[in-house]
Amino acid sequence: MTVQDLTAQKEFVPVHVGKTADREITKTFCCDLLSIAMGKAPEGCAWITVMANMNTLAVASLADAACIVLAEDVHLDETALQKAAEQDISVFETKLPIFEAALLVYRKINGE
Amino acid sequence: MADIITLRYTVSPDDFTRAGEASSDVKNKLKQLGIAPPVIRKVSIALYEGEINMVIHAKGGEITVEVSPESIRMVLADVGPGIPDISLAMKEGYSTAPDEIRSLGFGAGMGLSNMKKYTDYMDIQTELGIGTTITMIVNVT
Repeated sequence: MTVQDLTAQKEFVPVHVGKTADREITKTFCCDLLSIAMGKAPEGCAWITVMANMNTLAVASLADAACIVLAEDVHLDETALQKAAEQDISVFETKLPIFEAALLVYRKINGE
Repeated sequence: MADIITLRYTVSPDDFTRAGEASSDVKNKLKQLGIAPPVIRKVSIALYEGEINMVIHAKGGEITVEVSPESIRMVLADVGPGIPDISLAMKEGYSTAPDEIRSLGFGAGMGLSNMKKYTDYMDIQTELGIGTTITMIVNVT
């Protein structure tokens, strides 16, 4: 499943999906502590978190996540939105809780 | 790429909106140089942790990155308070980060251990009240 495929999911609102839309999502990863995410987020993952700040974007980019899914209806502020666009980091927002959002991505990855 | 390429950055203190800029720039430059993605990921993780530590604990500092065909050498030098007990600081879960830093998602006590884990060599030179210099090397080959 690619990042682009997630845009078809009605529960997920794409905030920014750029040139990397065709990137394959390989795993689902849930974590709100950035220091742990930095070391453990698998390359190419969809990272589901409620931590919506500039540093989330930096960690996603440096750990090479395929996209960020912001759960529980949290949002990036205007500056962070700009950074996501500048750095071409794919970000989705959803009202779903973390577990349900992650389960949905997991099922899509596994073709369910 | 026969020569050594040197990149230098100044890390601003207490500026979390800019934290990670040096690491991001290094990542982009390594990509342009054709360095293998797993190597770039290791450098990015280790360097970002170090950069964040400089912002949180050390009132900023200087980062120098040397890229050679064999390895990527990172030197992070600050004039911060120094590390009183390195072995304690290296323990996963140990952190002295203040509450406002934790509220941003940091301070899980993983920084130094991540730096060690993702590099092939790491050395810490520290002196209380003077500063800390961390040298890390990631092998390219």
